[in-house]
Amino acid sequence: MAEAAASADIFGGRKKKRHWPPELNALVGLIGICIIFEVLGWFLRDQSFLGNTVRLKIMILQVSIIGIIAIGVTQVIVLGGIDLSSGSVVGATAMIAMSFAQVGTYDRAVFAELGWVDLPVIVPILVGLLCGIVAGLINGVLIAYTKIPPFIATLGMMVSARGVASWWTKGQPVSFPTDSFAALGQGMMPVFLFLAIALLFHLVLKYTIYGKHTYAIGSNEEAARMSGINVERHKVLVYAIAGMLAGFAALVLAARGLTAQSGMGIMYELDAIAMAVIGGVSLSGGRGSIVGTTIGMLIFGVIISGFTFLRLDAYYQDMIKGAIIVAAVVADQYRQRRRAMES
Amino acid sequence: MSDIILKTEGLTKHYGGVHALEDANFEIRKGEHVAIMGDNGAGKSTFVRQITAVEQRTRGKVIFDGEEVDFSGPLDAREAGIETVFQNLALADDLDVPSNLFLGRELRLFNLGPFSILNNRAMRKATEEGLKRTGVKIPNLSNSIRNMSGGQRQCVAIARTATFASKLTIMDEPTAALGVQETAQVENIIRTLKESGESLIIVSHNMRQVFDLVDRIVVFRRGRIVANLKREETDGQDVVAYITGAKTGAEYEGAA
Ligand SMILES: Nc1ncnc2c1ncn2[C@@H]1O[C@H](COP(=O)(O)OP(=O)(O)OP(=O)(O)O)[C@@H](O)[C@H]1O
Ligand SMILES: [Mg+2]
Repeated sequence: MAEAAASADIFGGRKKKRHWPPELNALVGLIGICIIFEVLGWFLRDQSFLGNTVRLKIMILQVSIIGIIAIGVTQVIVLGGIDLSSGSVVGATAMIAMSFAQVGTYDRAVFAELGWVDLPVIVPILVGLLCGIVAGLINGVLIAYTKIPPFIATLGMMVSARGVASWWTKGQPVSFPTDSFAALGQGMMPVFLFLAIALLFHLVLKYTIYGKHTYAIGSNEEAARMSGINVERHKVLVYAIAGMLAGFAALVLAARGLTAQSGMGIMYELDAIAMAVIGGVSLSGGRGSIVGTTIGMLIFGVIISGFTFLRLDAYYQDMIKGAIIVAAVVADQYRQRRRAMES
Repeated sequence: MSDIILKTEGLTKHYGGVHALEDANFEIRKGEHVAIMGDNGAGKSTFVRQITAVEQRTRGKVIFDGEEVDFSGPLDAREAGIETVFQNLALADDLDVPSNLFLGRELRLFNLGPFSILNNRAMRKATEEGLKRTGVKIPNLSNSIRNMSGGQRQCVAIARTATFASKLTIMDEPTAALGVQETAQVENIIRTLKESGESLIIVSHNMRQVFDLVDRIVVFRRGRIVANLKREETDGQDVVAYITGAKTGAEYEGAA
């Protein structure tokens, strides 16, 4: 019926244009990059890039933990904000939560004297989520109510949370978790956890009021306010959820490595932002999706694993990673300018 | 109960040292259509923002539907029955038409607080009905409104007010950016409102439109109301004289 209305449109003129969703761009990019590495592989190393399932498994495992952070970061960016604190929140959360997950047979456990060892796995999980939520709440309140720019507020949290991570045990790593806690990070568990969280937030963003308001605020904050949305409260909620997801990523990361160190998660915030932006999430807010970020995450993973495959030095890897982030932002701005010109 | 739907007494708004609105006494009866005219910066939009609680007034009283009201925000005003098309439209460009129509009061399938599930089908259906009622035609409801023409966007904003039952509709320069055809379309919607007995405040700079559509013209100048004119008792020149300050209404002498 919408098609029938088109012919009767009194405004006429304006041709219906098919808009190529950015997720599709990202998917094409992913396939293209895979092909490039495959071809380079045959030329330079005489072997298949995609044919090696072990490599692909390692790649997916590597990115899925940062992917969990990226799901929170996606929501923050869609809201029109940014979160630079997630990497440090991972560090602080891992240290604190791990202290509640240690086994009693380890006599140097953080809470050994208090007897807080061999606790049921739910305790460190709740502690971890709570740490993330608290960090996110502080970010959110600073941004929404004190009107501190998100960049500055979360930069402050980035520094402070890293401080918490070192202060907690005065720099000592926290190790030897219970088996049930370690299970969170073993085998392909991180990938399943990523998929479950991605699916959950895909649905939440698409089908709930929370999602609708997140897009509305990122799209036009003033309009959202005039429509009666409680913009401030919603911002706090989104930052708190992003913090919670960073906390959850910390749990998985610590469980996977069986240890927590104060330097964990350094630069993860930038990787997560890169995944989102590569996946078509617009830094100016209002646009992007979990599907896009997931594709962005895979692109990110394929590139890193492709460089390793081609035996590129880690130095070059970082340099190129930086260039990719900038390229994704440039592409986003190009898309916006083209849009502005069309309308 | 009186038949006054909205009344303001001494409504005042200062932005720091800027006296954008000063001591506005205004009233509109049920079913009446009133135009607000005045030069740029006269305080028309400021007046609208105080009534709709987009901003909090400096002082003064707002009496809506017989009761003194103190809305805490725009949603309060909407729930009480004031629908507004703001001058800047208040649309979210990245959302589609139904989402914009229901922004801030989405229909829910299940209520789970902020995570309530949207009833997209019902909202889409209501949107189609609302658009049909106002005669607005939008090619594809599920496109984001970013790529729509100024006229279409304006119509979305106006259809939003028409979709919800209201006691008072306020439109702040609804045809300012529109071509001839689109303007006619909007004016038709306004006539429909008149026929169905809805009250309307329209802010406009368009003299012909005002004389075509409304019962009464209120003129603002430098933050003050300077004239209150019945349409039959005035003409374009007269109104211009009040707008420019060549004349001031008898009852407002000394005000401006
Ligand atoms: N948020 C604000 N802060 C400071 N001054 C403001 C603010 N909003 C409006 N003003 C000032 O208040 C005065 C009235 O503005 P208002 O927008 O109400 O005018 P208007 O009559 O709607 O004009 P127009 O016809 O151009 O829409 C202007 O001098 C304007 O600069
Ligand atoms: Mg105005």
